Amino acid sequence: MPLDAHIPSGPLESKWERHKSDLGLVHPRHKRKYDVLVVGSGLSGAAAAATLAELGYRVKCFCFQDSARRAHSIAAQGGINAAKNCCNDGDSVSRLFRDTIKGGDFRSREANVYRLAQISAAIIDQCVAQGVPFAREYGGLLENRSFGGAQVSRTFYVRGQTGQQLLLGAYQALSRQISLGNARMFTRTEMLDLVVIDGQAKGIVVRDLVSGEIASHAGDAVVLATGGYANMFYLSTNAKGCNATAVWRAYRRGAVFANPCFTQIHPTCIPVSDEHQCKLTLMSESLRNDGRVWVPRRREDCAKAPGSIPEEDRDYYLERKYPSFGNLAPRDIASRATKEVCDAGRGVGPGGLGVYLDFGDAIRQMGIERMRERYGNLFEMYERIRGENAYEVPMRMYPAMHYTMGGLWVDYHLMSNLQGLFVIGEANFSDHGANRLGASGLMQGLADGYFILPYTIGHYFASGRPSKAPANHPGFAAAETEVKARLARLLSVQGKRTVTSFHRELGRLLWNDCGMTRSEAGLREALRRIPELRAEFWGDVKVSGSGGELNQDLERANQVADYLELSELVCRDALMRRESCGGHFRTESVTEDGEAKRDDAQFAFVAAWEFRGEDREPMLHKEPLEYEEARMSTRSYR
Amino acid sequence: MLRKAGGIEAMKLLPQFFHSSLGKKYIMAITGLGMLAFVAVHLTGNLQIFLGPEVLDAYAHGLHRAEELLWVIRVCLLVFIGLHISMAVVLTLGNRAARPIPYERSRLPGASHAARTMIWSGSMVAVFVAYHLLHHSAKAQVSLTGHDFATFQTTLADGTTCHDVFRMVVAGFSQPVVSVFYIVGVGLLCHHLSHGIEAAFQSLGLRNRVWDAAVRKLASGAAWLLFVGYASIPVAVACGYGREALN
Amino acid sequence: MHLSLRVWRQKSASAFGRFETYEARNVSADMSLLEMLDEVNEDLIASGGEPIAFDSDCREGICGACSVVIDGVPHGSRHGTTACQLHLRHFKDGDTITLEPWRARPFPVIKDLVVDRHAFDRIIQAGGYVSVKTGGAPDGNAIPIPKTDVDRAMDAAVCIGCGACVAACKNASAMLFVASKVSHLSLLPQGRVERERRVLAMVRAMDDAGFGACTVTGSCEAVCPKNIRIDVIARMNREYGRALLKAGFVE
Repeated sequence: MPLDAHIPSGPLESKWERHKSDLGLVHPRHKRKYDVLVVGSGLSGAAAAATLAELGYRVKCFCFQDSARRAHSIAAQGGINAAKNCCNDGDSVSRLFRDTIKGGDFRSREANVYRLAQISAAIIDQCVAQGVPFAREYGGLLENRSFGGAQVSRTFYVRGQTGQQLLLGAYQALSRQISLGNARMFTRTEMLDLVVIDGQAKGIVVRDLVSGEIASHAGDAVVLATGGYANMFYLSTNAKGCNATAVWRAYRRGAVFANPCFTQIHPTCIPVSDEHQCKLTLMSESLRNDGRVWVPRRREDCAKAPGSIPEEDRDYYLERKYPSFGNLAPRDIASRATKEVCDAGRGVGPGGLGVYLDFGDAIRQMGIERMRERYGNLFEMYERIRGENAYEVPMRMYPAMHYTMGGLWVDYHLMSNLQGLFVIGEANFSDHGANRLGASGLMQGLADGYFILPYTIGHYFASGRPSKAPANHPGFAAAETEVKARLARLLSVQGKRTVTSFHRELGRLLWNDCGMTRSEAGLREALRRIPELRAEFWGDVKVSGSGGELNQDLERANQVADYLELSELVCRDALMRRESCGGHFRTESVTEDGEAKRDDAQFAFVAAWEFRGEDREPMLHKEPLEYEEARMSTRSYR
Repeated sequence: MLRKAGGIEAMKLLPQFFHSSLGKKYIMAITGLGMLAFVAVHLTGNLQIFLGPEVLDAYAHGLHRAEELLWVIRVCLLVFIGLHISMAVVLTLGNRAARPIPYERSRLPGASHAARTMIWSGSMVAVFVAYHLLHHSAKAQVSLTGHDFATFQTTLADGTTCHDVFRMVVAGFSQPVVSVFYIVGVGLLCHHLSHGIEAAFQSLGLRNRVWDAAVRKLASGAAWLLFVGYASIPVAVACGYGREALN
Repeated sequence: MHLSLRVWRQKSASAFGRFETYEARNVSADMSLLEMLDEVNEDLIASGGEPIAFDSDCREGICGACSVVIDGVPHGSRHGTTACQLHLRHFKDGDTITLEPWRARPFPVIKDLVVDRHAFDRIIQAGGYVSVKTGGAPDGNAIPIPKTDVDRAMDAAVCIGCGACVAACKNASAMLFVASKVSHLSLLPQGRVERERRVLAMVRAMDDAGFGACTVTGSCEAVCPKNIRIDVIARMNREYGRALLKAGFVE
């Protein structure tokens, strides 16, 4: 199966503009004939559902939460990038493009990234028009802040709740379409399978989480906007409900999965406090604008109160190692540097797993009021969780699983290899390569949903490719039967171990062997252990209740069952990629000064894995990455 | 022709206003403030008792000569009272229906006592007002005070004969039961107002962060002022003020 | 720590509910209340019982999913905090904690502590948006917006739609929720275009859903995890009066 990304020809700068005018169109009168199923109501899903409904398609949108407004995009704090050059500091589309390509360690698709940078400015305008209260200067114009991996200020923000406000903007746009009758919302509804008929995605099987009823919905296209799979690690910054079931079911139905091992660890999260903790909380990267990261220079100082350690005994290791980017080094780099100092025994707090994020200098410089205005809600959040006042004591931080760059493979049209299956937002693999820059996730989600998919999905319909599949096609009943059988099987095991205990064990295993650093031996061990754990799960899991009611235990069991398969693919991909790039750090591939060493000769490709059945190994397809504009270079932030 | 404004037809504005919870609150606020104005004016009249019998009796007589004006005020008050009470009842029923199952532990965080008990303080004030009106109808007084108010007559400076209001008040408040009842009544009224005034400003949207503290102070200040003003009369009588008029 | 829990258990929307008592033994003061419930559920599942159903998602106080009345106070009595961020260090060893679902007619219980908050979605659908389509938006800097206006708009826009205001109000009134959206949008030039239509439609949707009226007790602002103040309600009342006047006299 050859993977064709369908990248338009011509110079990079004009690809999208020219391609847009070449795309097929659907006559407004005919748009009503097309049903689009959008799964997920986060930034990309809600934006897509609203925009497609505005265009006239009949949209059904599904989310597992009780309201579309709760999707986890809401938790994004820091901001959204856009190349508007509001600060007159030399920003431009091509600079945002180059920063993103470089930030992704040259493992993303050039044409996609360029398009993203081009669209970025329009996103801000759209959101302002929706009433998103972006931070403004006293003169009334939009304000910017800096973010990791960039030397310009291009991040637009709404206090520490940018994701929330952007999501509410999209949710409100979708709500308007619902009130107009153009879209229908199915909340507390989880997609459990994809229906593929003659190689085309034709519908989904869902479970009503309240009644437990299994039903299917037929559509002319299916859009997956279901986010990432970081929860596979059990402890992550994702919401409890985030899961990989939709993308994993699509994979098992034939969609190829790209770069699964590209996972991102965020450097500044509140450290784990005890073993019962169920999730980690991130502190926005924007804090590193004014906060300085340090550990004691000497191991014996680690137990001392931070205030008692004099300036000369502190090691501001990010500023020391990366003088030009300092505390705003990209996430993968900052995380590894943190791990390094903690591994060297200089970490602070319980277990030595923590570093200080110190605002002392900033408070002295700007005053406490200005700090409160900028980061007040983040400081409050820290205080609630840790019970410490960060205006007085430095915060303690440690890296945590945060985002997955990998996802279902898509072409330039955001369509997977399965016709009619579109994948947007974090769920696809496209734009961030091996590492995502801060404030780029929101940008990508909204670009996909507002400005790319609405064009390309019309082209798919106009091309005459989709054939109408009747809702009573046997393919639907068959998929429903499979879903029911799987749930029944989960309920019938009635073993001794709870779902969470399996999930915790899988998470620990992945964090150790496929986390911030990865080695051949560790990955092989993980690949040996995961199938065992999976077998134990299916032989000994205990799921309470029944399938015909609200059953959160069953929901989780089904998700963990999928993680137990997906994690194997992640490790397999990590083992195959014998280079270090971005968030994927192989201990075998290191430069002399301990930085990630890419191997462009062998690994400048997208690794797309195809499912070939339970008992066969997945097949690897390679989409070569060619760069016309960006020059592949060693990534340096020194 | 129906004019469409804000998505609703102009003809339906009034029904929508009455139907909506915000509209009802507007009515409660406006009628409440109207009654407050009456209560304030009424107090300025009452306080003339401290200027001596002649002034008070002349004032009372003057009022009765402006019978038409009095009727306008009476009708307005009746309408206000009717609207205020009916809206309160409708809203309270709706509010009760909005929580069919109560909490096992209910704490109502942040709510002042006055705010929680508006419907009760309001109901008791209504009872008090009903009694208060009877209080001034002469016949009802005989049993309580032992005086027949109909016999209390006085002659004003211009030679006209009229009710001796001063003596009626002093006679009435000479009875401790009457005084205590009266003080409790105006106390309840002012308790009701301490929240009511603030809430009226809120319901009419006449409040923002800048004026918030001022509105709060105004509300409680006004309520206290009214209470002190009204209560001062029975207290003064209890202390012996005007007793000589009875003899 | 050791805590006793009295938890509302209700099998389904139509079933009768009652309180059950559970013991949370050896829990750590650093755990959040919901993490403690996770632990209690682990024990319940292991011992063949039925775990307590409750809503939660982000666990960092922003998604608005969690909805537990803790000892009579929605989200517990700690100021500006959602239940998921309420840590056990604020309780005393040996305390008995009563956990109830949001109680309001428009928020029927689905199971145990899980309630249906669709009424909020319907209110937003009635008008809680700016009617702009994707594309064609003018430059974000085309209309300068005073910083004070944006800041006040954001003070209202922080609403997470959890419904604690309804749960706390003695009248189960949704005024704080509705007023937050009305205020947010009416403070911005983009939202001002359809301010009259919005406030009339949203108030009607709120009343139709069966929420109670505001009696200005202030309970809503006392429990709001995002510290939204009731001056937004005054603003909505003002907007409402303004909309009616304009509809009736200006047009």
